[in-house]
Amino acid sequence: MDTTKQTETTGSRSFSGNKGYILKAENLRAFYGAFLAVKDVNLDIKPKSITAIIGPSGCGKSTLIRCFNRMHEVTHGARISGKVLLDGEDIYTPGIDPVSIRTRIGMVFQKPNPFPTMSVLENVVAGRRLTSVLSKRTEMEEIAEKFLRQAALWDEVKDKLKQSGASLSGGQQQRLCIARALAVEPEVILMDEPCSALDPIATLKIEDLMRGLAKDYTIVIVTHNMQQAGRVSDMTAFMMMGDDRAGGLIEFGRTDQIFTNPKDKRTEDYITGRFG
Amino acid sequence: MRHKSARKWFNLLMLGLNSLGAGIAIVIVCLMLGYIIAHGLTFINLDFITGSAVPAGQPGGGMHNEIIGTLILVGLGSIIAVPIGLFTGIFLSEFGTPFTVSVVRFATDILAGVPSIVVGVFAYAIIVKPMHSYSAFSAGAALAIIMIPVVARTTEESMRMVPGSMREAALALGITRWRAVVSVVVPGALAGIVTGVMLGVARISGETAPLLFTALGNSFGYSGLGSPIGALPLQIYRYALSPYKNWQQQAWAGAFVLVVLVLIISIAVRWLSRKRRV
Repeated sequence: MDTTKQTETTGSRSFSGNKGYILKAENLRAFYGAFLAVKDVNLDIKPKSITAIIGPSGCGKSTLIRCFNRMHEVTHGARISGKVLLDGEDIYTPGIDPVSIRTRIGMVFQKPNPFPTMSVLENVVAGRRLTSVLSKRTEMEEIAEKFLRQAALWDEVKDKLKQSGASLSGGQQQRLCIARALAVEPEVILMDEPCSALDPIATLKIEDLMRGLAKDYTIVIVTHNMQQAGRVSDMTAFMMMGDDRAGGLIEFGRTDQIFTNPKDKRTEDYITGRFG
Repeated sequence: MRHKSARKWFNLLMLGLNSLGAGIAIVIVCLMLGYIIAHGLTFINLDFITGSAVPAGQPGGGMHNEIIGTLILVGLGSIIAVPIGLFTGIFLSEFGTPFTVSVVRFATDILAGVPSIVVGVFAYAIIVKPMHSYSAFSAGAALAIIMIPVVARTTEESMRMVPGSMREAALALGITRWRAVVSVVVPGALAGIVTGVMLGVARISGETAPLLFTALGNSFGYSGLGSPIGALPLQIYRYALSPYKNWQQQAWAGAFVLVVLVLIISIAVRWLSRKRRV
């Protein structure tokens, strides 16, 4: 495993060669205009695992994962340097269409954002319908059911498929967004504080769902909730803002190790609630 | 104590002025509508809707051809202006850089402020003159010029009201920018866009000045896009200025029909924009 100068990452998980990861950041820096927001991140993400990114507000967690599916550059003036490898291939290679990357790396946002002009069913298949040729109506319903079941939402909405996606509760909307992301059949799903707008019961449902999904998908979740990171993730990355206001990766390792035996003093201070 | 009472008086004065202003606005609308409805209803009849114009001095006759003419011109103007305005609005909201947006927006603002008679003269110079004929087409083009900025700006504004999270959601699914705009943003802004189109229609259906130089008028009915065409506001203008009693009465009836048309559109706009807020 890579050990980088500034991060002193742990070597607790070793993977042989390049086979051990599906997503890898190499010396990744993210800028907004001239402002350096995230600096020199090196990170390996193992397939079919859940990686949590934790850290205080403003440390660049969201910016970092938005670099993983090329959503960072959607912001005017935003750019990156370094590499992000997906299955060994740099997604920032010139000539690679960011649109095709986003079908392989899905994203779930902080605030549930189903399309309000579409029904529940149309929301689930939106990614498929709008990225490829129109599928048949019956096929759509099959696809919708499959992914609503995967998102543990089917039983709650099977009688409301024609209703607007915005008519569901907040927790249901977020699971609808997860179903919508799954329906594109990505390899990796990025989740940007997916539970921060939800109540504790809805949060638990999403966490259960994530555990189930990790059997088939690779999940990277940004959370400001340390308990959540502890409950759901296999690996945890701790980020913090440096004196130069740029966020950096402080420590990365197995979740139990990060929470019980952090190697870095700053991680320990954060975990034990001394700041943040 | 004295300055406190002065403040109270000032307060009262301002309240009075504000109420007066609001009151005058309502009174003017009521007076105008009442006047037009009272006169128009007296003179309107089936013959007015279905009949053609008659020579001065004769009784009867109607504005059938002008009513159809106005519908054709408004339709023609909309067919030209709606796509252009729509694409301009979409550009302003979704695809422009800050510089191009400021240039285009400035241009549409100027266009919206050009007096309609100037638009008429312009259409005369670039269409009527070279074609050596007044025409329905030139009138439709003149009306379109007036309508484009209305559609463009309302489209832009209603598209901007669609939250950015919708665009992000679409992009993150691997949907292309253009597809996201067409399938996610435009549907979300549709009520506002339709409102803008109807506002534009209401605006151009009453325009008279540009038609003077382009449509000219034609009492014998529609005879092709390349020929002169009659229009309600044009005929109202002509008849109202004429010395003949019958024509003056028909001008009132024409004004009534025009006002009812615009009123229906305005009410539809209000109904649509209320739905949007829910």
